[in-house]
Amino acid sequence: MAVKIYIPRDSGAIALGANQVARAIECELEVRGIEATIVRNGSRGLYWLEPMVEVETENGRVAYGPVKPSDVSSLFDHNLTSGGSSPHPLLLGRPEDLPFLARQTRLTFARCGITNPVSLEDYEAHGGLRGLRNALALTPEQIVEQVTESGLRGRGGAGFPTGIKWKTVLDARGPQKYIICNADEGDSGTFADRMIMEGDPFVLIEGMIIAAIAVGATRGYIYLRSEYPYAETVLNQAIEVARNAGVLGPSVLGSGHAFELQVRMGAGAYVCGEETALLDSLEGKRGMVRAKPPLPAHEGFLGRPTVINNVISLASVPIIMDRGATFYKDFGMGRSRGTIPIQIAGNVKHGGLFEAAFGLTLGEIVEDIGGGTATGRPVRAVQVGGPLGAYFPPSLFDTPFDYEAFAAKDGLIGHAGIVVFDDSVDMLKQARFAMEFCAVESCGKCTPCRIGSTRGVEVLDRLADGVEPERQLEIVTDLCNTMKFGSLCALGGFTPYPVMSAITHFPEDFRPAPLRQAAE
Amino acid sequence: MQPASTDLITSIMPIIDRWKQEEGPLLPILNGILREFGYVPREVIPTIADALNLSRADVYGVVSFYHDYRAEPTGRHVLKLCRAEACQSMGGDAVAERLQQLLGVRFGETSIDGSVTLEPVYCLGLCACAPSAMLDGEVIGRLDEAKAAEIAAEVRS
Ligand SMILES: Cc1cc2nc3c(=O)[nH]c(=O)nc-3n(C[C@H](O)[C@H](O)[C@H](O)COP(=O)(O)O)c2cc1C
Ligand code: SF4
Ligand code: FES
Repeated sequence: MAVKIYIPRDSGAIALGANQVARAIECELEVRGIEATIVRNGSRGLYWLEPMVEVETENGRVAYGPVKPSDVSSLFDHNLTSGGSSPHPLLLGRPEDLPFLARQTRLTFARCGITNPVSLEDYEAHGGLRGLRNALALTPEQIVEQVTESGLRGRGGAGFPTGIKWKTVLDARGPQKYIICNADEGDSGTFADRMIMEGDPFVLIEGMIIAAIAVGATRGYIYLRSEYPYAETVLNQAIEVARNAGVLGPSVLGSGHAFELQVRMGAGAYVCGEETALLDSLEGKRGMVRAKPPLPAHEGFLGRPTVINNVISLASVPIIMDRGATFYKDFGMGRSRGTIPIQIAGNVKHGGLFEAAFGLTLGEIVEDIGGGTATGRPVRAVQVGGPLGAYFPPSLFDTPFDYEAFAAKDGLIGHAGIVVFDDSVDMLKQARFAMEFCAVESCGKCTPCRIGSTRGVEVLDRLADGVEPERQLEIVTDLCNTMKFGSLCALGGFTPYPVMSAITHFPEDFRPAPLRQAAE
Repeated sequence: MQPASTDLITSIMPIIDRWKQEEGPLLPILNGILREFGYVPREVIPTIADALNLSRADVYGVVSFYHDYRAEPTGRHVLKLCRAEACQSMGGDAVAERLQQLLGVRFGETSIDGSVTLEPVYCLGLCACAPSAMLDGEVIGRLDEAKAAEIAAEVRS
């Protein structure tokens, strides 16, 4: 049997040189006359070790990283293909034994980084399609019940119970129903959707098929942001494979249920991640937020009953249908059940994807798992939940990762991205950026969001210039209140979170300019 | 709005025909045109409007809403630099400043020699390898002085 060498095709690994490493390994194999198969897997999510190369040996897989093209020759000198009998400095050992992976509970991401993302055989050999097969033996009501019972809440940010959403669509009448996957992943600091789409696309496809069978839908779309061209390629390859294998198409696994799936690309608009703006965009309109009701579940895509769910919500369904609702529900705390793929990003030593049951504290995530800052300086602020999420100081590090616990501290989990900043951060600048981002991305429907954000930028600029600082702070606080209560969606409504948390927790950065300089 | 030249129409018709019968065809058509030309020439609007039975104003409204649908051709290279928070936390602003100097352009501009267009982007999903960028569709992570210089050399060559 030819040796298998795994080199990720994940765009994070590629951004760090995985393609060059793959080419170097191919060359080296040829020069040395060694036979081996190169598999382009997903990423395991340990980005400080990417590109991470793995070799399959008799004793399981062995990892090396971070590998540069210039390391390749010496890796072969150290018997890379025969299991590294003489240890190379980049040898990491068995990947599962790396503490960052060993401490995780990988349910949704069980296969990510292990399998060939576009091999259905690999997928099935690692437990894929078991959830779908179980679902096919149940009634739609029973599937919905399982998902409800599991406690799964939407991972797109709002945390709405997935089973309840599905029930509404199941009960809705309409000539055509749709399953729409929200793959807009616009939140900065987040990449879980991207990783699973690039690393295990079949799990998303399987989740969408189960949703379709549960609610009686026969068509689906994945609305993917245009910033993710690599994910587009992998998804389309996987859909093609699934269609040829009869997993998608007129009769899913011979069950008689039809399900057709297409990937649709966005065009660079953050607000299109909001579900109703997404629907408008998919219909070919400007991405304007719709007033609710009607709910998308009743009048969604083209006015028809529609399930719209985040990538991770849908990709978590197969494991629930495979292992059962109770298995999933037993992880987590309070009303946050199951696991959540936490994305540790920014100025952090060990950045990457960490899937764990809800309930870790923010401090454990940043300090123990993330290892503190990459620059080695003290952590000063952590933004949780994307550009609309609050900035937390280390004094709030005892907050457990749980929807309600974060809400109680005037924050949000959102899509579970965590961006770490060291002590060189200027929180006034961060607050200004939040307002600026809102101004750039506003859909323009509500005045508080459209005008308020632009005003917010001006006011914070005056504050930075030391013009009547007390007055500017009053105005910005007032603006935030107006935006919070006068906006139709969370873009205008939640921009106050980063702004006000910066002002509340880091007041020293908002003092008049001369004082700030003196303090430095 | 200028009517489109016959050449332009000939080249966009296959894209329109590919999507016309699908649900929600407008974005796939515009994305197809963007891929083909690197921008969305506004002259295509009447043709698309006719083909999809929409008003020109409707199509114009959509084209102008999305950041991706630029009206002008780009330089030979397109560099998108992430300006969002994770990249900021790793010195993204300094790299952005440096690249603007090296390339002689500000965000949203194309260099005078037509070599490169510089655009801001808000997150590429590479937040654990920040600061990040995309050059002609290829991703680049952990940008620093050296990589910025490499990028500048590449687009100039
Ligand atoms: C401005 C804005 C941007 C959003 N962006 C996303 C996004 O990129 N991805 C996502 O899944 N949900 C996003 N949401 C949340 C969606 O509106 C919606 O709650 C979600 O798609 C529902 O799926 P879920 O229940 O599976 O989370 C956004 C919401 C707002 C207000
Ligand atoms: S809050 Fe902003 S983005 Fe949301 S609907 Fe209103 S104007 Fe549009
Ligand atoms: S914030 Fe820059 S890649 Fe995500």
